[in-house]
Amino acid sequence: MLNNEALLAQLEDLFTSNILSSEINFNMLTVEVPAASIHKIIAQLQKDENLSFGFLTLIGAVHYPDSPGREFAVVYHLDSWKNNVRLRLKVFLPLSNPSVDSITDLFPGANWMERESYDFFGVIFNNHPDLRRILNEDSMDYFPLRKEYALEDGTREDKDDRFFGRD
Amino acid sequence: MNKEKELSYNSPSEFYNSKETIDGDIATINLGPTHPATHGIFQNILKVDGEKIISSEQTVGYIHRAFEKLAERRPYNQITPITDRLNYCSSPINNLGWHMTMEKLLQVEIPKRVDYMRVIIMELARIADHLICDSVIGVDTGALTSFFYPFQEREKIYELYEEICGARLTTNIGRIGGFERDFTPVFHTKLKSFLKTFPKAFGEWDSMLARNRIFMDRTRGTGPISPERALAYGLTGPNLRAAGVDYDVRVMHPYSSYEDFDFIIPVGVNGDTYDRWMVRQEEIRQSVRIIEQAYGNMPEGSYKADVPDFYLPDKADVYNNMEALIYHFKIVMGEMEVPAGEVYHSVEGGNGELGYYLISDGGRTPYRLQFRRPCFIYYQAYPEMITGQTISDAVITLSSMNVIAGELDA
Repeated sequence: MLNNEALLAQLEDLFTSNILSSEINFNMLTVEVPAASIHKIIAQLQKDENLSFGFLTLIGAVHYPDSPGREFAVVYHLDSWKNNVRLRLKVFLPLSNPSVDSITDLFPGANWMERESYDFFGVIFNNHPDLRRILNEDSMDYFPLRKEYALEDGTREDKDDRFFGRD
Repeated sequence: MNKEKELSYNSPSEFYNSKETIDGDIATINLGPTHPATHGIFQNILKVDGEKIISSEQTVGYIHRAFEKLAERRPYNQITPITDRLNYCSSPINNLGWHMTMEKLLQVEIPKRVDYMRVIIMELARIADHLICDSVIGVDTGALTSFFYPFQEREKIYELYEEICGARLTTNIGRIGGFERDFTPVFHTKLKSFLKTFPKAFGEWDSMLARNRIFMDRTRGTGPISPERALAYGLTGPNLRAAGVDYDVRVMHPYSSYEDFDFIIPVGVNGDTYDRWMVRQEEIRQSVRIIEQAYGNMPEGSYKADVPDFYLPDKADVYNNMEALIYHFKIVMGEMEVPAGEVYHSVEGGNGELGYYLISDGGRTPYRLQFRRPCFIYYQAYPEMITGQTISDAVITLSSMNVIAGELDA
């Protein structure tokens, strides 16, 4: 068993300057790492005898249109069954080049989750074996979960974002 | 965009018409999108040499309904009905998982009685889910009786849902903070009679297939997966346990007081169709055990937590009490105060780890809500599991994996 504080201390020992920021909330440790080193870090977390993050729970992307240079976040949830602790890794990518290394060679199960993030956000996963759209049709030329695509019909005047707590 | 592709084809249609089919002895056939074996709508293009499957290509997304986008425009209470439509064979688990995610974000203290009520409902849903999946394996091996037989028991579970929430399939069960009412006297009567009659009926049905020569010959060694590959592909739920890995969210990350109950996690050995069937059958028995424990030790207390911001007040209060009227209005209009934060919560769904990754920025709707849909992730292992098998094996492997189209496509 490993608690979040002890896990963070171990990660800081292992990756030192690669840990850009960290926080613990709702009983889960979140660590931000540079996009360039995500593949190396996950490979090491998976191999490390003590940590053994052997299970990839989830990969997802988030769009933050208002933070220049950090428009996209790719979020990895890993689970270490040996220590019964979960870890959330985040990388931020700029809109101009939203690409990050694929981890399909480490976890074959990442394949469709990365395809889904590409499909909905346009995040490019380098070295992915088969980066195609997955749930949307192939001829689509936009990425529907980006924030610029409003759900409601844009011509409607009776509803706008102010009613939904955003201006 | 994806320049470095090294595949010989770019799209399913190209795979379908590729060279080895036209020139060689290889035949290409479609299993789906609409095929009795898919139990939903998704396509498998199989390349077969005789009856042996050489390779396959999956197309999913036929019933994609953009749930994650929809959720970004809906107040939190109104997201519950979306979750119904993920794994519609066990929708109460999805609903209650979502309520628990919200309660985690709001840091609400939940009365023990609510936990136990939830456990009873979630285990009933698990039984209903496994009954369908296991009986369908019977159909695909040629035993239609085994499909009709458990539907009587499933009907009783659906009547229990009706007693709680009025609905049967898309249940929208419970509220953030608890339930809209306590279990009714009719529910108690029906649950008692279910607990009394179900084990016998289940045993009869189980004995129809468990040691049936035809069934065993058809399912043993069909669609096997090793524990290493199962882990690599992110399998969860009965499919992972059939491969011999004892991961269960109810035990590893207990929620809703699951730590109070004594139950066994069944595991298989070979990870084949027979093991997946057996694991589900044993889980049904364990679910009955859990329900008996929860129902027998039901704590006294309230059926709802104290969350006036989210839990609709009594109708009588709405008419007579200004405070209650304000809360009622705010909840119905979706004007709730939600703290900013990021939560991941997961529950053991009918077919695996069902997770909710919620990012709230303090607005009235989620900033981002992502569902970890177990069958979307484990369906990737399917091509590897059926390569080298026959077409009829592919059909029963598919049904034994419990792939639910609604969950697959979100």
